[in-house]
Amino acid sequence: MSDTSNNYVNFFQAKKGIKSWIFTLDHKRIALLYLYAVMSFFLVGVLLGLLMRLELIAPGETIMKATMYNQTFTLHGVIMIFLFIIPSVPAIFGNFFLPIMIGTDDVAFPRLNLLSWWLYIAGATLALLTLVVGEGPADTGWTFYAPYSVQTGTNVTMAVMAAFILGFSSILTGLNFIVTIHRLRTPKMKWFNMPLFTWALYATSWIQLLATPVIGITLLMIVAERVFGVGLFDPAIGGDPILYQHLFWIYSHPAVYIMILPAMGIISEIIPTAAHRTIFGYKAIAISSLAIAFVGYFVWGHHMFTSGMSGPARIIFSILTFLVAIPSAIKVFNWTATLYKGSIEINTPLLYTLAFIFQFSVGGLTGLVVGALAADVHIHDTYFVVGHFHYVMFGGTGFAMFGALHYWFPKIWGKMYNTLVAKVGFTILFIGFNVLYFPMFVLGLLGMPRRYYDYLPEFTLWNQVSTVGSWILATGLIIVIINLINAYRKGAKAPVNPWGGVTLEWQVKSPPPLHNFDRMPIVSEDGPYDFSEEYKQKIKQA
Amino acid sequence: MMEHFVLPNSGHVRDAESNKLGMWLFLFTELLLFGGLFIVYLVYRALNPDAFLLASFELSIPMGTINTVVLLTSSMTIAMSITALQKGKKELALYLMMATVAAALIFMVIKFFEWNAKIHHGLFPGMETYSSLPAGESLFFFLYFFMTGLHALHVIIGAIFIAVVIAKVGSDKVTGERISLLENSGLYWHLVDVIWIYLFPLFYLIH
Repeated sequence: MSDTSNNYVNFFQAKKGIKSWIFTLDHKRIALLYLYAVMSFFLVGVLLGLLMRLELIAPGETIMKATMYNQTFTLHGVIMIFLFIIPSVPAIFGNFFLPIMIGTDDVAFPRLNLLSWWLYIAGATLALLTLVVGEGPADTGWTFYAPYSVQTGTNVTMAVMAAFILGFSSILTGLNFIVTIHRLRTPKMKWFNMPLFTWALYATSWIQLLATPVIGITLLMIVAERVFGVGLFDPAIGGDPILYQHLFWIYSHPAVYIMILPAMGIISEIIPTAAHRTIFGYKAIAISSLAIAFVGYFVWGHHMFTSGMSGPARIIFSILTFLVAIPSAIKVFNWTATLYKGSIEINTPLLYTLAFIFQFSVGGLTGLVVGALAADVHIHDTYFVVGHFHYVMFGGTGFAMFGALHYWFPKIWGKMYNTLVAKVGFTILFIGFNVLYFPMFVLGLLGMPRRYYDYLPEFTLWNQVSTVGSWILATGLIIVIINLINAYRKGAKAPVNPWGGVTLEWQVKSPPPLHNFDRMPIVSEDGPYDFSEEYKQKIKQA
Repeated sequence: MMEHFVLPNSGHVRDAESNKLGMWLFLFTELLLFGGLFIVYLVYRALNPDAFLLASFELSIPMGTINTVVLLTSSMTIAMSITALQKGKKELALYLMMATVAAALIFMVIKFFEWNAKIHHGLFPGMETYSSLPAGESLFFFLYFFMTGLHALHVIIGAIFIAVVIAKVGSDKVTGERISLLENSGLYWHLVDVIWIYLFPLFYLIH
């Protein structure tokens, strides 16, 4: 356990030079390549979001014209969805910790893993090239709804091809993880001995695998329609725009579970560690991940309640949507029950986790409001939906990702950040987030439509509150990131297991050696969250 | 320095089961890729039954039938090559794989003549005759070119895949004991075959 030996070589030191990074087959290095790329795009997306909020500080044209605003929110959406949230947790923390948590030294197909990263970079480059090539970036919204997406002169073709390539990257990551989980678990780890993060990634990977091809082919049809002028989706030439919406959401609704499930996995890791006790309802949480993934396939129609669907279809989609709430609530109740009577250590990762539970609950419950037929007719395409989505995606996944970064930072780099600054940064981020997005619920109920650069004067107050919130959020974000960069550069040496976690990654040195384990990992027969003294003794003796 | 410890479940060790599982998962994604197109086909066929029927008369059933036979035979030869290699008959396996690639070439040549005839009649999207067709018929021809085109792309990729395996069998990198690459190319080839089995009746036969 103790890393006192002076000749210990970690995965950073094992090889040197740029080529040892961009052509690496080591899952940990690929994870960090993703981290740097994904975080860079995240910051670009944040910047675009800030610009949008600045435009909306007052009615009328403030800093940009309508077309530019449309392009800004489209690029914001494309970057945040395809370049940030979808790859964030699986490609960064999944790549780094999945193999370690199941006690192996890499994913099943290391070369394919590297290919995934290269495809990601290719797709990202293409997405950014739309900025400088042709008629400027797409102005359709990230949904590329037909018929506008086949009529607009902006660079939709290229943006869509970028999404296609990024989809491929996502599919290959999912495929790799499924095979890894099936084949490479350490011999003593049975399915129900796997950490819950692994379960969450497993469910996510199936969605990546089985949903992404549908969007791939749909986007190719958009390209075909634009190039050949075929009436697939444009009603003016015989196409059916509703069909496009169906095909789009058959992928894109399951895709929101690609975004949230891994984040739930992180929460399931941080909570038992912070409470120093085993998780409540392990099997229920594990199976609820699969249940969400499964039910998530059959609810896409709730995006189309107002676009023209038969009454029975709408009722069925609405009921199925409500079903998703059950496994989600199972998770929330189990997390809360785990904290009950635990010896809780309020560290930074736990703060992010608690914020996640609060914000995800707000996002989830407002999701039921949008999923209800009658309510949705009123608030469809208003700021209520924008608020709901950001509470789940940013308040949920975004916060979980930052929680994970603080939780595993000492393991990845072997250094510790300043915890006081981290907590201050978190607090400002938390306040900023809620000031930014909560007014959107109010605006939506008042009837302010989304995707306009302008609004009626009576919406001014809440818009100004929201814009001020965006500045607070940005301040918090800067503090958090600078704190982590400082820790990376000159942080104090972190102990091997600073939080007292019991999953396998806390048995390896920090930073981990190239092949992760220099002895067989010790798996408890009582499940992955065994906090008993007996198990701790066993690890110590090894 | 201690000798480097290797886990029994290392990701850097060849594992035939992993390779096969990975290939099956990949085939699922291929099915779903075509699945999206099949949905579009079914929706527009249901909306324009007469136009689709009329347009389908343009396709040559004899050519389609010959191609179906060619592709089914090639699926048989690749399956036989796997058995042959497992039984240690390397030369026979090589001949059977080459026969598969030859069948792929024949398929593509016939496909070329079929497409060429349609293009000659101006039925390719954007051409004059095509543009004057009623919406339903033009959709039929667009889907015909798009779906058989995507399928043809898979035929080409599959043939290249098998050609690579031929080289590897020739240099003994793929053998009866290390056969998973050949098996995977076979699986992929069967997928190409299965998709055609659906495309053929949908475009040529339904009346």
